[in-house]
Amino acid sequence: MSGKPRLTYFNGRGRMESIRWLMAAAGVEFEEVFLETREQYLKLIKDGHLLFGQVPLVEMDGMKLVQTKAILNYIARKYNLLGKDLKEKAQIDMYVEGTIDLMTMILMFPFSPPDQKEAQLASIVEKAKTRYLPVYEKALKQHGQNFLVGNCLSWADIQLLEAILTLEEKKKDILAQFPQLQDFKARTSNIPNIKKFLQPGSPRKPPPDDAYVATVLKILGPL
Amino acid sequence: MAGKPKLYYVNGRGKMESIRWLLAAAGVEFEEEFIETKEDLEKLRSDGVLLFQQVPMVEIDGMKMVQTRAILSYIAAKHNLYGKDLNERTLIDMYVEGTMDLMGLMGLPLMLQTPEGKAKQIALIVERATTRYFPVYEKILKDHGQNFLVGNQFSWADVHLLEAILMTEELKSDVLSKFTLLQAFKTRISNIPTIKKFLQPGSQRKPPPDDEFVAKIKKIFNI
Repeated sequence: MSGKPRLTYFNGRGRMESIRWLMAAAGVEFEEVFLETREQYLKLIKDGHLLFGQVPLVEMDGMKLVQTKAILNYIARKYNLLGKDLKEKAQIDMYVEGTIDLMTMILMFPFSPPDQKEAQLASIVEKAKTRYLPVYEKALKQHGQNFLVGNCLSWADIQLLEAILTLEEKKKDILAQFPQLQDFKARTSNIPNIKKFLQPGSPRKPPPDDAYVATVLKILGPL
Repeated sequence: MAGKPKLYYVNGRGKMESIRWLLAAAGVEFEEEFIETKEDLEKLRSDGVLLFQQVPMVEIDGMKMVQTRAILSYIAAKHNLYGKDLNERTLIDMYVEGTMDLMGLMGLPLMLQTPEGKAKQIALIVERATTRYFPVYEKILKDHGQNFLVGNQFSWADVHLLEAILMTEELKSDVLSKFTLLQAFKTRISNIPTIKKFLQPGSQRKPPPDDEFVAKIKKIFNI
């Protein structure tokens, strides 16, 4: 037992990807166990490892952590990515919940019926451009600092970068009207731990493909 | 402005109800402004007070907070309902995410159903409650034998679980029949003075959604 955190999930992004991002940004090395069969998943449940019978599962510091937001909060708190006081944390929480809402739409997208995909994608892009990205653009413009909250790297910055890059995979020019976010993206991508995570060979997972969707449905059953 | 928190939402449960519960449990008096029409919502949006154009919004301590989870986290931390250390906090986070998932099944996913769909959704809720969620909390109470879920101390997790239990019982009154510790928990937590007060008629607790309420929110939120 190496003492490194151990992540159990499918071999793909899904709900675990934000956790991989946050760990990487915090400079935490981790191991991964990939779910490949339904039997493996049922065994995890039977052996009592999954509090609510669900993944993600992160084993760290003697705990079996489940529930994505609980896991992310733990890592952010442990590695000082939650601001310096309760009010900064409140601001970070608000920003992060916004990006999580947006990312959840993207996460669910591969599982939507083929005849709805075009409309869904249009909705994601529209929400991103009118509801979410303007908020972060404005925040950065208003205080003129390098980071979203408290002039210090936080969970909010890492989550926003992840959201930006994921959106760009769907629409390359999505940042066209957001100059602050373009600078933010360049700047934040160059933070050493993040730069490393963005390089080939890192634990970062590729965008979901049909094989990934098929694996998830096989293991979990219909969603 | 001595600052009672002010809640902006429709006059019904929805995503604001857990916030009402937590404030009440903490003994915090609050005011409410109700959105009655589409125009009311549009005005809040055009006034620029809704960060992501969404409600709930709570004016508290000089902030206009949005995002249910961010608001709940802030209130819990401020009023010592979040455990005494990071590990306890993380347990509370995990447990609360579970009850949030359960209560999430009872919101829009239930309200927007056809009558036939409703019966199916209720069956799903009861199944999840009795096989995925309640057994977990029953076991937690059994394993440590204490009165509260975490750290032998009243916390957000207890408030949230009581809310979830009462909501589920409204759909199936005997849903706790196999969970003797949860029955005792329910009685015990209901008798905490602040909660007892909230459970009495005339409090700011909202009734279950009826057809009139569903029609109203469809109009206001364009669903």
